[in-house]
Amino acid sequence: MKVIFKLYATLQDYLPAEAKRTNAQTLHLEEGTTVQQIIERFALPQKLCHLVLIDGHFVPPGERGTRVLEDGAILAIWPPVAGG
Amino acid sequence: MAWNRKLLRVDLSKGTCKAEPLNMEWAQEYLGQRGLATKYFVEEVDPKVDPLAPENKLIMTTGPLTGTVASTGGRYSVVTKGALTGAIACSNSGGYFGAELKFSGWDMIIFEGKSPKPVYLSIEDDKVELRDASHLWGKTVFQTEEIIKSSHQDPQIRVSSIGRSGENGVLFACVVNDLHRAAGRSGVGTVMGSKNLKAVAVRGKSGSGGALKDAKGFMAATKAAKKVLADNAVTGQGLPKYGTQVLMNVINEMGALPTRNHRDVQFEDARKISGEAMHEKRPTDGKTHLVTNAACFGCTIACGRISRIDETHFSVVNKPQYWGASGGLEYEAAWALGAANGVGDLEALQYVNVLCNEDGFDPITFGATIAAAMELYDLGILTKEQIGLEAPFGSAQALVELAQMTAQGIGFGKELGMGSARLCAKYGRPELSMGVKKQEFPAYDSRGIQGMGLGYATSNRGACHLRAYTVASEVLGIPVKTDPLVTEGKADLVKAFQDATSVFDSAGVCAFTTFAWSLADLQPQLDTACEGDWTMEKLALLGERIWNMERLFNNAAGFTAKDDDLPPRLKTEAAKTGPAKGLVNGIDKMRPEYYKARGWTPEGVPTKETLDRLGL
Repeated sequence: MKVIFKLYATLQDYLPAEAKRTNAQTLHLEEGTTVQQIIERFALPQKLCHLVLIDGHFVPPGERGTRVLEDGAILAIWPPVAGG
Repeated sequence: MAWNRKLLRVDLSKGTCKAEPLNMEWAQEYLGQRGLATKYFVEEVDPKVDPLAPENKLIMTTGPLTGTVASTGGRYSVVTKGALTGAIACSNSGGYFGAELKFSGWDMIIFEGKSPKPVYLSIEDDKVELRDASHLWGKTVFQTEEIIKSSHQDPQIRVSSIGRSGENGVLFACVVNDLHRAAGRSGVGTVMGSKNLKAVAVRGKSGSGGALKDAKGFMAATKAAKKVLADNAVTGQGLPKYGTQVLMNVINEMGALPTRNHRDVQFEDARKISGEAMHEKRPTDGKTHLVTNAACFGCTIACGRISRIDETHFSVVNKPQYWGASGGLEYEAAWALGAANGVGDLEALQYVNVLCNEDGFDPITFGATIAAAMELYDLGILTKEQIGLEAPFGSAQALVELAQMTAQGIGFGKELGMGSARLCAKYGRPELSMGVKKQEFPAYDSRGIQGMGLGYATSNRGACHLRAYTVASEVLGIPVKTDPLVTEGKADLVKAFQDATSVFDSAGVCAFTTFAWSLADLQPQLDTACEGDWTMEKLALLGERIWNMERLFNNAAGFTAKDDDLPPRLKTEAAKTGPAKGLVNGIDKMRPEYYKARGWTPEGVPTKETLDRLGL
């Protein structure tokens, strides 16, 4: 299945160079892959995975290990950020 | 220093400047800056006054922590009855002007009346005088600062002034200090212009007349509070690196980025105008848009952006005066000039943002007014002949030309200068103005962030994100994560944010500290700086008192519960995409809950019990 994976702000350094201009890359994943498995696959520091969204919906930290990605999903992750 | 215990009263009609002792009893009840200046204002001004009449007053005011070593202690505010809204206005600015005013020995300046000719106020400690500003009238903010510094032969003078828009009656004119920091919203610059007051130039050499209650304790408290900011991932790393602009992609992903006058909630070109894009090298010149970050006086966060426009961009190709580094883009301006009207051209946005600073007009209201005009054009209600050019959604060319026309007060720029509420009403479609109390929404669509709708509707200065920034909780999880798509619990959340923000706005520090600080971090700083006993209970009550005081003024000015509402689009047209797809804002459910939480009647009037409890 295909999932669009987005990393922003300082986390974009964990994307391949060709993906940085869009902050996104397409992942081809096994069925049943969880959010936490993607975080580990890209070696993202846990404490920097602050805002985790699937299709714009917030995924609480306690659900990342069990939350399974579905075909066509958009997974986006930010470090702690804010604005005004 | 905490308070200098001294205010300056300037009668512009008579041309007099008089010192007065600060009312220290009021200071104990209203602290400073927003709270204390508003107390003076509501005691002295008829709520029904025409904002542009000489009887309206304008107060420039500092807080007790302004000019101290407290982090972000450089804030000042401009309090008046807003030209755009007709409601109480309090616009807050950073930079260095506020601290300099404090160093000169004054806590606040009350301007009253109207000068028969253009003047500026010169302050050098106790040496205060109104000077002729005929040579400054018609000049931009940038020119005004340069001329004043040159004529005084003092490059360290700090200047706060209006640009040409404030002179021309643009109803959303700002008061701009230090070139690109602004008391931006509600038309406070328009009121200043109506008084023929061009600028305030201040140089403080005396340092301070006021004393800290406990100097050693204050040093310890401010040091501890700075550590909280430094250790916090948002204020210590996120804001310095990407600024507020990091929110562009966040809010777009969440389906809460108002696009094309709120027709849509996601913008296809959001990334092109984002904080991430500002860090990328341009193909044209190999330079990044962002030059550096910047800090206001005493700030240990440094969220400010300093950027450089591409010299080959159509907006500046023959204008070398715009090729240097200048302030921006911040998230609100980037959204209002960009997504709000469908323009995904980062360079065009920066150019227009510089125009807003240069001639002193609010980029939020301006951008949102362009969005309304583009919708009127799209509907065929406004024509190319009326506007003077084609103005479809997404046109960077139209954005740039209309900004120039507004800055100079020419052509259709005069109509845009009314703001979207009056523009849409004039052309028979008042419902297309996206705002509350004639002030336009900032950068969050309340169908995707429900609490912000209630915050906008009940904001005392018209639609505003800074009165109750529930985005912190609903999106960012600060201090706790709440669901942005539901209305439950939002009445209490909005009230809590409104009351706490009232305290921060009255202290002299920046609202952005609240991403790391709670009232418990501010309290020790105030308690060691200010005479009196500043407990958490006292501060909580103070915030609520300030909010209700502003509400009473607005009610007396003629506002009612009907004005605590959102445009029909947000209540009847569901979001088309994203997490909020199918949702409208639930303001009609949240409003009565909010009134109840506030201790107000169903008509939005504070009850006698509430007023007694707050000492109002």
